[in-house]
Amino acid sequence: MIKIIKNFARRLFSGIFGQRGEVKMGFYGSPNAGKTSLANKICQDWLGEDLGSVSKIPHETREVQIKEKVVIERGGKKIEFKLIDTPGIATKIDFEDFLKFGMKKKEAQNRAKQATQGIIESIKWLDDMDAVIVLLDASSNPYSQVNITIIGNLVARNIPVLIVANKIDLKKSDIKKVQGAFPEYEVVGISAKTGENMDEFYEELFKLIKKAR
Amino acid sequence: MAIKSKKKVKKRVRTSRGVSEGLTIHFMPFSEISNEDSIGKIKKVMGLVLANKIIILQGKLSPDDEVRLIENSMTLIGNIKGFQGLEIATISGEGDTINMFEKMRRNIAKILIGERDKITIIGPATVVKDIKRDPKKMELMLQRK
Repeated sequence: MIKIIKNFARRLFSGIFGQRGEVKMGFYGSPNAGKTSLANKICQDWLGEDLGSVSKIPHETREVQIKEKVVIERGGKKIEFKLIDTPGIATKIDFEDFLKFGMKKKEAQNRAKQATQGIIESIKWLDDMDAVIVLLDASSNPYSQVNITIIGNLVARNIPVLIVANKIDLKKSDIKKVQGAFPEYEVVGISAKTGENMDEFYEELFKLIKKAR
Repeated sequence: MAIKSKKKVKKRVRTSRGVSEGLTIHFMPFSEISNEDSIGKIKKVMGLVLANKIIILQGKLSPDDEVRLIENSMTLIGNIKGFQGLEIATISGEGDTINMFEKMRRNIAKILIGERDKITIIGPATVVKDIKRDPKKMELMLQRK
């Protein structure tokens, strides 16, 4: 509660006394929603380099990854932000799930331990974000409690949010279902893998950063 | 023949008793946690989850309480034998289409008495396999032992 008040006061004062420096843009969502894939796509498009590794095995990102000074351009205007890719948030972790991907027991246990620490780190970072992109897998059920909890926390902290429905290249994807689940928010459907609809995404990202400044 | 069928009945009784002993559902009225602070709420919920109970809570936890509950359960994975985290889901009694006046009325009620028109289910991941949710219903999938 104190953190929420502190965050609100920080945002209020920066609003009164002018723009803050670099906007901290967080990427949040469930494991395997495609947070790092999208972060890589942005970094490739604007910096020509990747941010982190991606994998089909959940919890590939187990530490917060940061890319400073990402500059994007829209209509001749430039905007700078700090990209913060966070580990996927889950409510449960069973090392045996990793064994199905051919991992050895010790390796799976180690990955599970790091994943739990990653989730704690992601939650701690929530208070420091200026704006957040919540990434959802458009081919999965959007009514997951993790998505609702993350968005609820962002609203309580008065942090601007953009919902991105990833994997629209998949046949099972249903962008309307995602929009129906979050009717009060802007939802952009993309494919970080194929680059589909990235133009609209950058448009919305630009607006989001402006809102956070 | 008659003895054989008696034995069969006995067996069935033993099986069903075993199942009922393994699963406890704890109904928690909103009043049980409404006066607790965040730590108190989490302690209460975690105590029941660690006792392998499924909680059906009248109302819902605040977003901050929910995130602290997840954080707390993550710190326990690996430290408490067999604990794998929890499943949580909230369903609201609200319809999809509500008018402005109804929205205002609900917001006032929320401030005065909390979100009691919601139901939250929380259970240990070792007991609850999944909670499938859409705006109108929730399905609780239990682990097979």
